[in-house]
Amino acid sequence: MAKYLLLKHYRGAPASVNDVPMDQWSPEEVSAHVQYMRDFADRLEGTGEFVDGQALAPEGAWVRYDGEGRPPVTDGPFAETKDLIAGWMVIDVDSYERAVELAGELSAAPGAGGKPIHEWLEVRPFLAATPTITE
Amino acid sequence: MDEALIRSLTPSVLAILVRRGADFAAAEDAVQDALVEAVRGWPSDPPRDPKGWLVTVAWRRFLDATRADAARRRREDLLDEEPAPGSAPSVDDTLQLYFLCAHPSLTPSSAVALTLRAVGGLTTRQIAQAYLVPEATMAQRISRAKRTVSGVRFDQPGDVATVLRVLYLVFNEGYSGDVDLAAEAIRLTRQLAAAIDHPEVAGLLALMLLHHARRAARTAPDGSLVPLAEQDRGLWDTESIAEGVEILQAALARDRLGEFQAQAAIAALHADAPTAEETDWVQIVEWYDELARLTESPIVRLNRAVAVGEADGPRAGLAELAALDASLPRHTAVAAYLHERDGDLTTAARLYAEAARKAPNIAERDHLTRQAARLNSRG
Repeated sequence: MAKYLLLKHYRGAPASVNDVPMDQWSPEEVSAHVQYMRDFADRLEGTGEFVDGQALAPEGAWVRYDGEGRPPVTDGPFAETKDLIAGWMVIDVDSYERAVELAGELSAAPGAGGKPIHEWLEVRPFLAATPTITE
Repeated sequence: MDEALIRSLTPSVLAILVRRGADFAAAEDAVQDALVEAVRGWPSDPPRDPKGWLVTVAWRRFLDATRADAARRRREDLLDEEPAPGSAPSVDDTLQLYFLCAHPSLTPSSAVALTLRAVGGLTTRQIAQAYLVPEATMAQRISRAKRTVSGVRFDQPGDVATVLRVLYLVFNEGYSGDVDLAAEAIRLTRQLAAAIDHPEVAGLLALMLLHHARRAARTAPDGSLVPLAEQDRGLWDTESIAEGVEILQAALARDRLGEFQAQAAIAALHADAPTAEETDWVQIVEWYDELARLTESPIVRLNRAVAVGEADGPRAGLAELAALDASLPRHTAVAAYLHERDGDLTTAARLYAEAARKAPNIAERDHLTRQAARLNSRG
């Protein structure tokens, strides 16, 4: 088994096929979308492949050290220019192929008009812990 | 309440129930019920025969559970067939349980989880912690595995190779959470070796003991990787090495070589060398030849190239390496090492950095990055 991170972007990924901003969907479409994600997670728990998942607020800031005795610098009002992560899910699956298959399913969450949004998801393998035998 | 005793009794009690005809999942539930009762009653009223007690109570629980539902007729059949009460020798029953848990219809991860649960007697929480997944996820993984094997007949002889592969997977998970999976794998393999006379079981047990013996030397206190050549051999567990070598020699004497025995032989040659320089690389290459013959694995050929590099010099190792697929895991790391030994430090530094980017785990990545940094910062 290996763990993979499925990353959902607000921005930074290529545009989805069904690219209508969520605030312009009908409330039922929003509910259907949310329910799809929830069902997906429940189903993976049932197959023993779910590890964790969270949604993130869009207001992220870049922060860095700015020297001794000074407060950290944040990136100010330029948030619209950067990649933003909307949320993530961690899965624990038997193969990379299975990870891609599941990411494909998650990308089919319904959007405007009840049609799949076809959004791009990023799939990143976790670096494993050290196995017992490495030498 | 003796947890070790409970853990050692659970699998054989479970095995006896399944042998009597109980469905695997139902048997497990019944055994759990019996354990709960034992925890309550034993401190004030310890049984004379703990296993007999557990079998009796678990079997009663199983019958209670099946009484109410549509399985009534089956229950009545089972009642007719119920053997006389009392304990029975358990070794063979537990062996059956190993085969059931490693059944080919299970995915490797399900087989591992079920083995730890049913044969190892670990709790679902412990297994979940060891594999860093939520308990609910692991519970589902285990119950799916139980459903998968619930229709499997218990009297089929299993495939030893599958059981060994599952135990090897457990061993390689190493240590995380409050359960030491490597130690657990050794315990289960030991139990299997006591129950079954098979040179490869002995080979795997020897291999585990020899690798486990070096564990304390394998990582520095800060968690960074210490390569075999640089390990403090004083930290190796000599008792474990001696036991591993003895088990291996007895297995080899039977002249039924298998891949675990060959791997253990290589590990034994490493463990046998008082210093890294005194390692018998020529013999190690010969064992890799055997291993390559047995497995045809490209990883074995990669490891063989390393051994050739030590036995016949880095140029010979690089020549071996050139014949292998460059996309093999650790191919770049091996190339970096051989180029460094050959004196081409610039190429080695570049390859170490590239290997670090491809490393499958954090300790290896950091180790390779340090190797690149070491060469890049030379005066």
